[in-house]
Amino acid sequence: MEDEITMTTMTRRPATIAGGLLLVASLATGGAALAQSPAASMTANYPAPTCVAGTITAVGSTALQPLVDAAGVQYAAACPGSTINVQGGGSGTGLTQVSSGAVQIGNSDVTAESKLPADAAAKLVDHQVAKQGWIMVTSPDVTGVTNLTTEQATAIWTGATTNWKDVGGPDEPIVLILRPESSGTRATFKKLILGGADEATGQALTEDSNGAVVKAVGQTPGSTSVIGFAYYQQNLGTVTGLALDGVEANVANMTDGSYKLSAIGHMYTNGEATDLTAAFLDYMVSPAIQDELIPSLFYAPVVGAPMASPAASTAP
Amino acid sequence: MTAISPSATPTPITLTGSRSRLDLPRTVTFVAALSMVALLFLVLGFITWNGIQLFTKGVGVGEILSDTWKPSSSTPRYGILDFIAGTIAVTAVAILMAAPIAIGLALFLAEVAPAWARRIVQPALEVFVGVPSVVWGWLGITILVPFLRDHFRNLGFTLGFSWFAGSLVLAIMILPTVTAVAFDAFRVLPRDYTTASLALGSTRWQTFRNVLIPSARAGLLTAIVLGLARAAGEALAVQMVIGNRTSFPSSPAAPMSTLTSQITLDMGNTVFGEPWNDALWTMALVLLLLSLGFVLVIRILNARASR
Repeated sequence: MEDEITMTTMTRRPATIAGGLLLVASLATGGAALAQSPAASMTANYPAPTCVAGTITAVGSTALQPLVDAAGVQYAAACPGSTINVQGGGSGTGLTQVSSGAVQIGNSDVTAESKLPADAAAKLVDHQVAKQGWIMVTSPDVTGVTNLTTEQATAIWTGATTNWKDVGGPDEPIVLILRPESSGTRATFKKLILGGADEATGQALTEDSNGAVVKAVGQTPGSTSVIGFAYYQQNLGTVTGLALDGVEANVANMTDGSYKLSAIGHMYTNGEATDLTAAFLDYMVSPAIQDELIPSLFYAPVVGAPMASPAASTAP
Repeated sequence: MTAISPSATPTPITLTGSRSRLDLPRTVTFVAALSMVALLFLVLGFITWNGIQLFTKGVGVGEILSDTWKPSSSTPRYGILDFIAGTIAVTAVAILMAAPIAIGLALFLAEVAPAWARRIVQPALEVFVGVPSVVWGWLGITILVPFLRDHFRNLGFTLGFSWFAGSLVLAIMILPTVTAVAFDAFRVLPRDYTTASLALGSTRWQTFRNVLIPSARAGLLTAIVLGLARAAGEALAVQMVIGNRTSFPSSPAAPMSTLTSQITLDMGNTVFGEPWNDALWTMALVLLLLSLGFVLVIRILNARASR
């Protein structure tokens, strides 16, 4: 009987792990496939990237993953012999792994200084590749609310406002759906909107990814949360997006800086980048990515407007 | 369980033949066993080492066992009491739901079911065991959570995400495991118990209640403890339906959080070596101690049963 017990417990675990991996794998490939199609056709208009053969791995932020993944596919298509593996895992994982030398690039929504010990952070080199934006969303039943001011949002997130009627909506309790305290999305929102104030965690739900948040907001009446632009675009019918301080959440407003709920996405290397890593990071800030791929995936370019506009004007 | 008959032992010839040289089967199996034990001790050592790092960074046991979890605050607090209580609460209710059904099902299989019914139910249970937890979680968030919210609103299920939803999903997940072990507990009982009890004029119900269940008690307890261990360690499905609210489990209708769900929420976003990450390792250590405790209980029960 003892043997049977061990058997049952042991056979169960691999199934769970396999299921998890399968889901992650399908999400990752789904993202890549989705991103690739509009961008791949445009590459012809831009100079070919500097090709270096080899294999590198970039790990970390799930918010940056769709962009890096699509750029990696594009680069590998233009440069036979090079392979760029892009994995998620979260900003913390990215920083830890690039810091320990396990991978060549660590993707992060937040700066290395804010996460790593000072000596480890000092060894990393920051490559700022894109601006990413987040949008406040509500469940579809919250009608009449199309905009929140920073003050209103702060009141809702800190638990001072608990009913939608106080911000022009229906008489319905507000259900707050947060990301985990460690998430880059939550940290960014807390800094830029709440001014560092604590969220009302005792009344809120927590979901651990953009996908789970969309699912929960879509089906929980009166709920609100914050998700990445790209995820909002994929779920337009499921959740309702809100403007912030009267500014629409879109790529144009994020690019010119008028929409403030956005932050720089970082790709860190351990020391100066070399070989394929350097070539790929150069490609990330080239016009093919900054002017074409980035807006198509609802990010904003970081290569400043003065640099981007002459390039655009010389093209035709 | 066929007994080895004396006539079935003409094999010593090969055994003595191979023993003079390298005993390959013996070596291979020994290495397999050794690597398993070594791996276990490496994992135990690694988790313990990382789990106690928080104590070296000025965080006392008292603070860890408090209920204030504020790891990102400027004065961080790492109290994990809410999560420990959450794990115990969601697990306990799950086993309360699963055990009666599992024992009933096991009795049905062992005593009541005709052969054809057993041939259907047993493979069905095996398929059940193989359903990945993410599938249960997905069904939970798609069907169970909205159902609870829409139909039990007046009982307090305003959100649907709740302790109860977590326990129900867990109960379904551990049901086949508990049933299988309980079924074995009944199957090993001598057939005479049932026939003698019935011959004495007991009804079937009396036989179950007064003869079979008391006789199989140790095995049934093992089944329950095993179910508890499985449930306490499950992360994905629970995390999807429980709401992950950092608060002490107060009502079955309210969202709450567990050790496993908190670890999975934060592990990707914290970096190795920071106190926050250390606190997650401490939670993993608590979980490990919990499951070691369950194994110990199973051992004691088995020892008692074989006496």
